[in-house]
Amino acid sequence: MGMLEGKVAFITGAARGQGRSHAVRMAQEGADIIAIDLCGQIDTVPYPMATPEDLAETVRQVEALDRRIVATQADVRDGAALRAAVDDGVAQLGKLDIVSANAGIASYGPVEELTDEVWDDMLATNLSGVFKTARAAIPHLKANPDGGALILTSSTAGIMGIANAGHYVAAKHGVVGLMKVLALELAPHMIRVNSVHPTTVNTDMIANQGTYDLFRPDMAAGTATADDAQQAFLSLNLLPIRWVDPVDISNAVVWLASDMARYVTGVQLPVDAGSVIK
Amino acid sequence: MGKLEGKVAFITGAARGQGRSHAIRLAEEGADIIAIDLLEQVSTIDYPMSTQADLDETVAAVEALDRRIVASKADVRDIEALTAAYRAGVAELGPVDIVLANAGIAQLGSAEPDPVVSFNDVIDINLRGVWNTVWPVAQDMIERGEGGAIVLTSSTQGLTGRGSDGSAGALGYAAAKHGVVGLMRSFANWLSPHNIRVNTVHPTGVETPMVMNEVIGKYIQDNPGAAAMVANLMPVDLVQPRDISNAIAFLVSDEGRYITGVTLPVDAGFTAK
Repeated sequence: MGMLEGKVAFITGAARGQGRSHAVRMAQEGADIIAIDLCGQIDTVPYPMATPEDLAETVRQVEALDRRIVATQADVRDGAALRAAVDDGVAQLGKLDIVSANAGIASYGPVEELTDEVWDDMLATNLSGVFKTARAAIPHLKANPDGGALILTSSTAGIMGIANAGHYVAAKHGVVGLMKVLALELAPHMIRVNSVHPTTVNTDMIANQGTYDLFRPDMAAGTATADDAQQAFLSLNLLPIRWVDPVDISNAVVWLASDMARYVTGVQLPVDAGSVIK
Repeated sequence: MGKLEGKVAFITGAARGQGRSHAIRLAEEGADIIAIDLLEQVSTIDYPMSTQADLDETVAAVEALDRRIVASKADVRDIEALTAAYRAGVAELGPVDIVLANAGIAQLGSAEPDPVVSFNDVIDINLRGVWNTVWPVAQDMIERGEGGAIVLTSSTQGLTGRGSDGSAGALGYAAAKHGVVGLMRSFANWLSPHNIRVNTVHPTGVETPMVMNEVIGKYIQDNPGAAAMVANLMPVDLVQPRDISNAIAFLVSDEGRYITGVTLPVDAGFTAK
């Protein structure tokens, strides 16, 4: 018997990376999935973003586990599209128990050089997108007599500063503030709200030249290799590892979503190999 | 297949309450248990503490799950006796993978004829006892070189001083439980190169004999301010020992393999209020 048998989970950014891993991991535990992803590029993001083919692969992997999935191409910056996607998913799957607000982007630069567009795209996606996801889901969670669980994906950058990522750090700290308020507002309805704080995770958002350059400012732009960057990643963590795998974040998300954590709310849970206390 | 198959866990305060629940929960996941408890009264505590019969019940519950358990009487304030009990367990069950520093007292509502003694007792058991528990095992874990997972039981009073009444017992309790967080962070830094993870759990009021007794019941009834110490955000009065055990089982399993240095409240939102 899975930890999430009979549950329905709404996951943003589900086409690949952590989002796909959450969808698959939750499906393994018995949940049906409502998945959305932009499946498109944002101009200020310096690496290729997910595609419709990626989202189709998530659908394939969930269905291979004999679970149902309703997948829609939708942008977390578009409140109406999000609402339509959630409403449609709930209409097809019957209810909503779990929300994983996972969609996010990365881009880099010192604060004085960040353009308005870079700042606005970041805040619109990584902070306002989480707000719009929660807002679209809350009526369905409140309608569920069993309560529910919202898990917001923040970052170690939601707890500490990281140079050359001021917009990312501001957005991820903002997610923590939103989590705390949602926990207060939703506790009377037995809806729990927590944030997870990953260190560097082995996904396409991290495994790209822009990220390698950020973590090796000592090297000429465009010259740092994956191995060069991983030495820097290693130095971020207390445990002697370069990065964690998407499944490590999924395991924390599944636990928070499950009855094993039925009285855990308002909590920031780092999955960070000790990064924030180093 | 359990998530802790083949592991050995050393648990203090295992005769009843949360400690017994942890022993059973970890045994359900396949772990063998080294259990210790004081089995004596502490003079500054007015409610009855655990007994040999309580520890026997923990032993029976673990054995009913077909797991092995070595249980003995030892005081976390006495590092030599504690270490001897731990080594006796290792001799029988093999090296320890998991440590749960769970033993603790709460003096709320107990008389304080000498506040100095009350304060010293709670610091001795709830803080120094944690160091006494972890220190000898950590040395062995390093030498063995196969990592490990350590969970220290703090409290909501390890993250906030909300509701304190200025008694030596309440002040000492909060100081000790905050101190446990400092120990955890330092242990985590010290032990991480050896793949030994260290975290704290922070329960709100748990339905155990430490909380569900006449002394604390009367105290909360007589001191309206004390209600602030136990009022949760979620509409639940107390959580169950099993809820804390479920958090610990997650932290010490491979599902928490990269979680270290974390303060994890299991508090129905108490600290988020």
